[in-house]
Amino acid sequence: MVTDPVALQVAADLFPNGISRYAVGGMLVGLGAVVIYLGTGIPAGASTFLESTLSYVSGQSRFQRYVASRDWRVVFTLGIILGGFLFALTVQSGLVSSSLYQSGTTGQLHQLGGFTFWTTNVQPWRLFLGGTLVGIGTRIGKGCTSGHGVCGVGSASKTSIVGVITFLAVAIGTAQIVAALGVTP
Amino acid sequence: MTDDRHPLFKPLIFVGGLIFGFGLGFSHMARPEIVLQFLTFDDLGLLFVMFGAAIVSGIAFAVMPRIRDRAPLTGNAYERRLKSFDRNVLIGGGIFGVGWGISGICPGAAYASLGVGNITILWALAGMFLGAYIQGYWRSQHADARPTASAGD
Repeated sequence: MVTDPVALQVAADLFPNGISRYAVGGMLVGLGAVVIYLGTGIPAGASTFLESTLSYVSGQSRFQRYVASRDWRVVFTLGIILGGFLFALTVQSGLVSSSLYQSGTTGQLHQLGGFTFWTTNVQPWRLFLGGTLVGIGTRIGKGCTSGHGVCGVGSASKTSIVGVITFLAVAIGTAQIVAALGVTP
Repeated sequence: MTDDRHPLFKPLIFVGGLIFGFGLGFSHMARPEIVLQFLTFDDLGLLFVMFGAAIVSGIAFAVMPRIRDRAPLTGNAYERRLKSFDRNVLIGGGIFGVGWGISGICPGAAYASLGVGNITILWALAGMFLGAYIQGYWRSQHADARPTASAGD
């Protein structure tokens, strides 16, 4: 066991909320992708949904190429939304508790019908502007955190590893600049 | 193609999505604050989300092609997720990185965020659709000149 007080202090500084909720949550994310892969052979990504769903309302050729997969991508996204909802009804509401889960102090909690829901404090302009760039970038860059980050890295794809390093490095630089400019939250 | 899909195809996709979304909630990746704290080095826990997920999926991607040829519900061959590399990976990754650094949210996490009650994330989802539309419109106009587009994921 690690009992070195310096090492423990460093760990507490780097991981103020521990690591268990992150590791367990990450493994569940991977498990969700694996379930789909085992049954269908499809390495699922979350951002293609944006374009495939636009094919319902736009005849642009770029969106029409996703017509064949657009119905199950809607199902996948509904599953993700309801998975988050299920988490809110159980663990977030405290009805299911585990020593592996730390609730944290970010954002706002709202009680509704005996359940606990969460909203962000990050300002809407950041979400909208950032979201727009995420929408452009993930589609040009051939994947997002799930397509490149989970399935691509899991496949040891060099393209995905380069993609992840690129967006991670740029995101770190951007977030540091935004924070240094005093924008909070 | 839609008609001869296995009846369990969509239910399985749905269950996979449920686990995926539950994990994004449990890991707090569905909270932009946590992503921003990671990017500013205040809490490096998100590393465990990314590596945890990639290791679990990596096992399946490494093992399945060796022990089975085809997936039961689609008949698709088990293949790794490999995409060709070109400068779009860098350009798109860079634009995505700026957006992720500003907002702290990515597509899958945004869907899950809606599920945990975060209606404010609709701003990000509206932006993502707008951004996807902008690039798709632009590329549709310019792609007609090019020979063939590669199959998307």
